[in-house]
Amino acid sequence: MYPANFHYTKEHEWVRVEGDVGVVGITDHAQNQLGDIVYVDLPKTGTRVEQGKTLGSVESVKAVSDIYSPVSGEVVEVNDTLATAPEKLNEDPHGEAWLVKIKLSAPGEIQQLLSAEDYQNYVAAEESKH
Amino acid sequence: MIRKVRPHINQNEPLLFERSSPGKRGYQLPALDVPAVDAAAVLGGRNTRAEIEGFPEVSEVEAIRHFTRLSTHNYAIDLGLYPLGSCTMKYNPRVNEQVARIEGLAWAHPYQPESLSQGILEVMGALEKMLAEITGMDAVTLQPAAGAHGEFTGILLIRALLESRGNPRKKLLIPDSAHGTNPATATTAGYAVENIKSNARGMVDVEELAKSVTEDVAALMITNPNTLGVFEENITRIAEILHAKGAMVYMDGANMNALVGIARPGDFGVDVMHLNLHKTFSTPHGGGGPGSGPVAVKGPLAPFLPTPRLQRVGSRWTWNYDLAQSIGRVRAFYGNIGMHIRALAYILAHGGDGLRNATKDAVLNANYIRTLIEPYYDLPHKAPTMHECVFSDDRQSKRGVRTGDIAKRLIDYGFHPYTVSFPLIVHGALMIEPTETESKDELDLFIDAMISIAQEVEENPEVVLKAPHDTRTSRVDEVTAARKPVVRWKPESTSGKAAD
Repeated sequence: MYPANFHYTKEHEWVRVEGDVGVVGITDHAQNQLGDIVYVDLPKTGTRVEQGKTLGSVESVKAVSDIYSPVSGEVVEVNDTLATAPEKLNEDPHGEAWLVKIKLSAPGEIQQLLSAEDYQNYVAAEESKH
Repeated sequence: MIRKVRPHINQNEPLLFERSSPGKRGYQLPALDVPAVDAAAVLGGRNTRAEIEGFPEVSEVEAIRHFTRLSTHNYAIDLGLYPLGSCTMKYNPRVNEQVARIEGLAWAHPYQPESLSQGILEVMGALEKMLAEITGMDAVTLQPAAGAHGEFTGILLIRALLESRGNPRKKLLIPDSAHGTNPATATTAGYAVENIKSNARGMVDVEELAKSVTEDVAALMITNPNTLGVFEENITRIAEILHAKGAMVYMDGANMNALVGIARPGDFGVDVMHLNLHKTFSTPHGGGGPGSGPVAVKGPLAPFLPTPRLQRVGSRWTWNYDLAQSIGRVRAFYGNIGMHIRALAYILAHGGDGLRNATKDAVLNANYIRTLIEPYYDLPHKAPTMHECVFSDDRQSKRGVRTGDIAKRLIDYGFHPYTVSFPLIVHGALMIEPTETESKDELDLFIDAMISIAQEVEENPEVVLKAPHDTRTSRVDEVTAARKPVVRWKPESTSGKAAD
């Protein structure tokens, strides 16, 4: 379910490292909790973001939720297809529906994130609370 | 079993545009008693037109029936419980309307000289004074048009005060149990937002908060009681922590219906807050209101209040525009004055004891609902309930039914839904606020409906998942509506293809 080469946050974002760039998205668990996503608000290319700070937001029929950046750096590419096809976030959150690419300013931050196995356990523990 | 309602016939009604036929009209002008003028000749041909394309033409009775029929498709506080959490949908007493229609108040004009406006100014002066007393604050502006506007005004006041001290600072702290408008206010006022997590009891974690309060923090924006309907019992300690660092406490007063006559924000450390007259003070809410969001402040913030300030000079009321430190106007003229009249009527009709009773009844009603439906729905936060209670759909979601489905089914039972999926810190939230308006009979009908739906979820979840069944429009496709909104009606006939 959760790709082993991704790194995860407890706020349900993922990042995949490609050289000095991190590709960022939200997890399948996140899209499932949000329900049908109707709008995605993403930063412009060139925006500087910090780990743990707001990167953008996703709007579902239920609510608007912040997306927190899993890494610090500069946004170098934005997935524009989500502007017209937000449903892709529900359909393929780990693939086609990545959100932004960030040029990493502190690659060491990756070590603080969860592995796929740890994230899976975290989600299972969250689920059992409900 | 559905006890409150049964289906009854009401009539279909097309749009007025679809009803239109050329030449119909609802008025008849008297014959001219002056010579007729050719408008095109006087004004120039390009300034006149023969007709407005697509303008609906109907008779008077058709217009009356149109709006009356539409009104039978609706639900309103005058029909029954309207349990939208944090919205305080209370009854709008008719005495408010009677007072607002007194000729001298109803026809007052903002450009009328002060000497001819003393009555309306007295209304505003009295309301400012009473709101200050109710909140325990020193000064009040009635200018903001509604709650979020009041928040924005309040944060601008904090910014102005901090700037006058040399540093406006950078961020606002906002608990995750605060109102959804608070982060938008902070951002609009130029502050960064830092989220403060609640503890297991649904309150701000004081230790966590203390770590976040730095010299960069301008203020904490706290909703008390918060959106879980829980009173922040550490509020005085929280205020001390902020004040010790030179930061301020903003209170979102949307949930003031739990406090009026019992506790005063000014007494527990709040520096500035807004009130929603359309919630706590019974002026119309929804349907365009309009709202009204007065802001109450402690003395140090008073010099920054919006221009103009109402003041008493001798025996006369007058507007003071000579305010060097004011943040300026936040709205044209003096605010939604019609609502000031109604709120004052409400306060005076109740008196102090009456207002306190209303608060107690609001809290009692919420606790009555909580106690009787708690066996059927999960209640994640067990702290004492104030004016509203928040359940989760955890038990029902195991059967595939979510809070939104239960809300839709509630419509079949004859009630407006509760607030769905908010606050976000509760998984699948059902947020229920009855207000003091409701009798035990109406509450019992609501409780029966909620219990009946919980049983349907166990026995026949399909009936809940496909609700509503008895309404004019069955379940709508909210997803497509949000993804591909059609916000403007267009006639089909003129272009020969369907409206886009």
